Amino acid sequence: MISPLEARYYRRRMPLLWWTRRRSYATFMLRELSSAFVALFVVEMLLLVRAVADGPAAYEGFLDAMANPAVIVVNVVALAFVLLHAVTFANLTPRAMVVRIRGRRVPPRAILAGVYLGWLVVTAFLAWLVVG
Amino acid sequence: MSELITLRVARYRPDEQDPEYALADYDVPLRKDWAVLDGLNYIKDELDGTLSYRWSCRMGICGSCGMMINGEPKLTCATFLTDLAPGPVRIEPLANFPVIRDLIVDLTDFMHKLGRVKPWLIRDEEQPVDDGEYLQTPAQLGDFKQFSMCINCMLCYAACPVYGLDGSFVGPAAIALAHRYNLDSRDEGDHERLTILAQPGGVWDCTFVGECSAACPKGVDPAGAIQQAKLAAAQDVVTSLLLPWRSR
Repeated sequence: MISPLEARYYRRRMPLLWWTRRRSYATFMLRELSSAFVALFVVEMLLLVRAVADGPAAYEGFLDAMANPAVIVVNVVALAFVLLHAVTFANLTPRAMVVRIRGRRVPPRAILAGVYLGWLVVTAFLAWLVVG
Repeated sequence: MSELITLRVARYRPDEQDPEYALADYDVPLRKDWAVLDGLNYIKDELDGTLSYRWSCRMGICGSCGMMINGEPKLTCATFLTDLAPGPVRIEPLANFPVIRDLIVDLTDFMHKLGRVKPWLIRDEEQPVDDGEYLQTPAQLGDFKQFSMCINCMLCYAACPVYGLDGSFVGPAAIALAHRYNLDSRDEGDHERLTILAQPGGVWDCTFVGECSAACPKGVDPAGAIQQAKLAAAQDVVTSLLLPWRSR
């Protein structure tokens, strides 16, 4: 039940395009959108696994499909968004995590460096797996 | 005659027959030492005594003069007219809250939410008054001090699109304050609070836009507090599942 006073309140609604009104909101929306491209890469990965499981012919078919210029363009765009996703995620880590070693708080820069170092190590391992 | 600057001020008078929300222009002196709040006081004193707005301390500690200045949530006492010259300067009531009159918004919703997160020391057993205070080291104080600097000015709620789109969200300041008590060495209520924060409308509604921390005039970083509370809530659930005897 709202009081007669409340009934006379002026209530504003957020416009549908609220996120175009400020640059930081727009960046946030791009970051949110990036998760769709992360999902796309996951789907592509699953398709690859299925193709490998189905034998050499299916694998060749998968490679042909991936070599399609339109697919390459989509994947380049997706890669850009996935990088945006990963970088923004990594940069936010020190604010979400408070790490203590022997009762002392680890400085945010050190946590950030740790995240990027971890990323580098995983990337190097995967590169070694693929190339080596 | 000194230089003037135009303040484009939102007006809403519910006592009128058909109240309308509209912007009205007022020319006020552009003085080097004047904040937006001084401009509003000039309007009230010299131009139009019917203008309504909240203010008190004029030094960024009472938290009552928050408004939207050119679309950004700001303390009007800490935003100087010269930085906004040549104008006009758009002054509107804080976003995401219903407007009672002119620049005054209703904060009842926040007051209810603040109480819900239990922002006070919770003890399993209260120690008798004769035993003295609960002691704390400077390092223990340092763990939560940042989150205790909140002045409840509501700029973070005005900046938060999640709160704007879904009013059931507990919101940045209330969660930051809950986190402040969770981090307090004298407090034993973190499990209780985290259970409340993990419910719908709690920490998991936050999508880490981060604008609350950008708007905060006291450097509280409510966005950081919410992410830390998410982590703590997740750990609390895992602990109570794996080690039920350890959770209080």
